[in-house]
Amino acid sequence: MAIWLTNDSRVIVQGMTGSEGSKHTRRMLAAGTAVVGGVTPGKGGQRVDFEGTQLPVFNSVSEAMAATGANVTVIFVPPKFAKGAIIEAVDAGIELAIVITEGIPVHDSTAAWAHNVASGNKTRIVGPNCPGVASPGISNAGIIPADITPAGRIGLVSKSGTLTYQLMYELRDIGFSTCVGIGGDPVIGTTHIDALEAFQNDPDTDAIVMIGEIGGDAEERAAAFIKANVTKPVVGYIAGFTAPEGKTMGHAGAIISGSSGTAEAKKVALEAAGVRVGTTPSETAQLMREVMQAR
Amino acid sequence: MDLYEYQGRDLFARHGLPVLDGGVAETPQEALAIAERLGGRSVVKAQVKVGGRGKAGGVKLAADAAEAQARAADILGMDIKGHTVHKVMVTETADIVEEYYFSYLLDRANRTFLCIASTAGGMEIEQVAHEAPEKVARVPIDATKGVDAATAREIVATAGFPEDVADQIEAIAVKLWQTFVAEDALLVEVNPLAKVADVRVGVGQAPEAPATSRASTVLLLDAKVTFDGNATFRHLDHEALEDVAATDPLEQRAKERDLNYVKLDGSVGIIGNGAGLVMSTLDVVAYAGRHFGGVRPANFLDIGGGASAAVMANGLEIVLSDPSVRSVFVNVFGGITSCDAVANGIVQALAMLAERGEAVTKPLVVRLDGNNAEAGRAILDGARNSLVERVDTMDGAARRAAELAAVGA
Repeated sequence: MAIWLTNDSRVIVQGMTGSEGSKHTRRMLAAGTAVVGGVTPGKGGQRVDFEGTQLPVFNSVSEAMAATGANVTVIFVPPKFAKGAIIEAVDAGIELAIVITEGIPVHDSTAAWAHNVASGNKTRIVGPNCPGVASPGISNAGIIPADITPAGRIGLVSKSGTLTYQLMYELRDIGFSTCVGIGGDPVIGTTHIDALEAFQNDPDTDAIVMIGEIGGDAEERAAAFIKANVTKPVVGYIAGFTAPEGKTMGHAGAIISGSSGTAEAKKVALEAAGVRVGTTPSETAQLMREVMQAR
Repeated sequence: MDLYEYQGRDLFARHGLPVLDGGVAETPQEALAIAERLGGRSVVKAQVKVGGRGKAGGVKLAADAAEAQARAADILGMDIKGHTVHKVMVTETADIVEEYYFSYLLDRANRTFLCIASTAGGMEIEQVAHEAPEKVARVPIDATKGVDAATAREIVATAGFPEDVADQIEAIAVKLWQTFVAEDALLVEVNPLAKVADVRVGVGQAPEAPATSRASTVLLLDAKVTFDGNATFRHLDHEALEDVAATDPLEQRAKERDLNYVKLDGSVGIIGNGAGLVMSTLDVVAYAGRHFGGVRPANFLDIGGGASAAVMANGLEIVLSDPSVRSVFVNVFGGITSCDAVANGIVQALAMLAERGEAVTKPLVVRLDGNNAEAGRAILDGARNSLVERVDTMDGAARRAAELAAVGA
């Protein structure tokens, strides 16, 4: 088993006919993901060949869902159209919408989130500006390289894509149940807490790696959640101790404003909740290795 | 992007919000001309993107145009918390009766927008929130509904604004929200939002009656505005508001090349792929640097997932043109892009720079890991460049780069 992305996941790709969308559709198929179609308004009825797999293109998410039984969408559309694409997926009632697009205006992602809440919060939105969700050996929705690690019993949740890959790589001999990239934007649909809760309830996850970075207070809130609700061991890593105040560090949400959002505050909060926090990614991997060996 | 006060004031004026008349000056002569147009009596305010300018002597009242010129001469060139004053704003004066606080901002934790309003304005809102939290009203704004007349009334009632200004502040609340949305702002902050005695009648004269009995007007007397950089595609006018002269020249050059670069104060140049990994690289270098007399990273540079030769060359060129850089740490995890492609990118980038006549003379420590790492490392070894050193762990490579920077210094 895994969280959110399982053997039952049937995936469509919004923006499948674009360059990023088609490139990653090919990779997802190669990873064994059940990709069942794509959505590009105006191109409905076309078929796209991915090395012998013919995928149908639909004009809308609801058409695609009706025809294919899809329950997951991966969104690659450009920032300008992303809000519309997310709202369309929510209105179609899809279970899981993974938004890869980077550079969506905050007013758009906030409006899309508010729309989801107003519609009863039935769709789990992951991202935006995230690498997606990977359940090794089962399914891969997004841009996380599928061959870094085999399946195993560690769960991972992270704001950063490449740090996720680094940790997956260092712990590839142990393996992962699911890796969730929640994204580096200021407003995101799935938080550390959501993933921690799902991993806590997942019988096939034994321990959790949580990667955070400067900006906002999501890690502090996650620390409080861990203290109250998580009994599985959690190992943490925070990036951005060296970041200056007031500068955006690559991710739109990675910014220290005044004295809030610092790496130090996040580390202190996590340690107070009993989370062991690594100084470097390798040390973090080592801490997780010790946790798994002690089991 | 943060605006200067005068840019924020112009923005508010364009959206029909009540502000004082005025203009921006880069010389005392320009300040004189603006003050003359305003009738002489005026306020001269330093334009810096940092708080506390009043205490630093950056805000002065002038009784006439000649004095405005003299005060502008004093303030221009001043250093306020490390920011040099290049511009002053000259405005009409206002006879302030009461000072309030009003802002709209993004509430990350609740994934919505927030209005913060207070009858205690004119000082830092954090200080008010600390000393008198009951005076700070926080009203969540539903992003799908926005601020209509009813929400505006709720804000005014929650904050407890006086009755004689309630209507005006309600109208301001609606218009300021429209400005916030129309401009894709992440913050619009007005401190103070002020109740003033009638500006144009009262200028330069002693009030004849107690202020409260006169007609009161509410004005936005300060403007702090932050735009969303992700929304520039639908606000082409925002780019012109950027103060290119005040931007670090290396950051400016990097931006022109579409590189995600932030200048820092250390001596180890950093190039990596992915924002999180690069942030982590800075930390690991600073951590290793403690063993070498406090060596620190010189910059943040994320060349993205692709890490092509051309992007690598541009990145290396920017990082190496920083005179404080003593060594460079290239830290790449091959995810989608395989390490052999990245290694070829580095080798080609070095050749490209040599062709441009900018041959690399500082040591490069390269760490390649992930997809096809062995092949990538072999390519680096095969290139036999004496300046390129391969270290296969991130911690080890950071330590070596810090050591080389310490030796080079």
